[in-house]
Amino acid sequence: MDKETEKVLDSEMESSAEMPKQEFYITKFEKDLLPEFELEKEFFEEIYSMPGGEKVKECIQCGTCSGSCPSSYLMDHSPRQIFAMIRAGMRKDVLESNTMWYCTSCYYCYVRCLADIKITDIMYALKRLALRDKNIKIPDIKPVRFMESFSALVKRYGRNHEPIFMALYYLSTNPFSMFRQLFVGLNLFIRGRLPLIPKKIKGADDVKKLMEYAEEEEVR
Amino acid sequence: MKYAYYPGCSLESTNKAYDISFRAIMYHLGIAMIDLEDWNCCGATAYISISENVAFVVSGRNLALAEKTGATDVIAPCAACYLTLRKTHEYMMEYPEIYAHVNSALQKVGLSYEGTLRIKSPLEVIINDVGLDKMRIAITNPLKGLKVACYYGCQILRPRTDFDDPEEPTKFEELMKAIGADPVYFSFRARCCGGSTILTYEKQALRMSKNILLSAKREGADIIATTCPLCQINLDAYQRRIEREFKIKLNIPIVFFSQLVGLALNHTYKEMALDSSIISPKEVLKPYIERTTKVKES
Repeated sequence: MDKETEKVLDSEMESSAEMPKQEFYITKFEKDLLPEFELEKEFFEEIYSMPGGEKVKECIQCGTCSGSCPSSYLMDHSPRQIFAMIRAGMRKDVLESNTMWYCTSCYYCYVRCLADIKITDIMYALKRLALRDKNIKIPDIKPVRFMESFSALVKRYGRNHEPIFMALYYLSTNPFSMFRQLFVGLNLFIRGRLPLIPKKIKGADDVKKLMEYAEEEEVR
Repeated sequence: MKYAYYPGCSLESTNKAYDISFRAIMYHLGIAMIDLEDWNCCGATAYISISENVAFVVSGRNLALAEKTGATDVIAPCAACYLTLRKTHEYMMEYPEIYAHVNSALQKVGLSYEGTLRIKSPLEVIINDVGLDKMRIAITNPLKGLKVACYYGCQILRPRTDFDDPEEPTKFEELMKAIGADPVYFSFRARCCGGSTILTYEKQALRMSKNILLSAKREGADIIATTCPLCQINLDAYQRRIEREFKIKLNIPIVFFSQLVGLALNHTYKEMALDSSIISPKEVLKPYIERTTKVKES
């Protein structure tokens, strides 16, 4: 170590010694940490009870998931951090982050995970938990509207239909951004790739019945 | 082996070309498929994010319908459908509570699913069931010298990994070699195109697609062949936007693997619906197209 870096280090040591110790060590996250008896036990239950959810306990924090993720650079907390936060019981921070909403379901993390955690499935589970809890503020409403439009359409027709889906989605988010899609839509339409009239399947009522039945089961 | 065919929503509308060309090559190879009647949407990634129960039940209906026809295998050309159906099947077999739940719901509409099916992607059917040797014999218009970038997409490789290596796959390239083309290795061939976020987080999705297109272009590919309808739309319909956004020149046509196989089986450009690609592959495929029409005339 050369003399200059030594000097810098020394001065840093001094300055830290001057500071009141408690404040120096409390970071943003540590403030939210609770003693073990106050942790929200239900959160563990919610995660661990899903198929394959137990594996979250075995996360070794290697960071392979974060390194494999094509959108981790956009996330509030990388997937690795999310697993640490789940185990620290930070329910609100986890569910209010944008991490799971940026997941594109590419399954790279899933196949690479050393602990065999079904990461993509956990992301879906986090989305469901965030949607179900009314006290959770979801950072971006767009993906929620995306899914709602999709499921409304299938409930009605039994199948997806792109033009109506796009219309539903854009009307519920930002109608003006629909114009940017116009060029793409037009190009598809010219080549006969955008049928305007939706086909309703014969069993559409069956599909609706099934969905409603399953939704009721979920609430119970 | 008895196949049931589950096309999925996108093959009915935006990606008819895949449906047309795949049916044509299956007919050509002499493989019968039972058309599934009155199937519904598989749910893709949308339901599983709202309710796991609904997701499994909705795609369970399709499995039940397929089982009822007496088929042993279901062919799901759309990668998202393939993954969803397969996931439902596997979770039903692995977790008895899911099996019981799905079947109790299906009972309400007079259906049930026992779990006798295998779900396959078209690539799997052609490579494993038909076999590349049979393909080589059937080819009459080999695509010699055509540099094809084989783009796998995500969901036929991951997370179920029994078809090919999830990160360094090779089978698609082997099929392209069998039809006479020159597959080009490019590093983004199994990466995600961002298809599921194209409407919600457009910038991110365009960036991911750009990487794939640039990577294939740099390796000198003439054309990209894909197996996933969502990837096709993303790379093809949004390519002009990507060019504008990132100020690059790409102009690389995206087609389905089945369209190229069909061309090699001496079907014409029109029959394979190659004109439905927005970036036209006409220029690139010119020598092979001319040959098909010539053979047909004589």
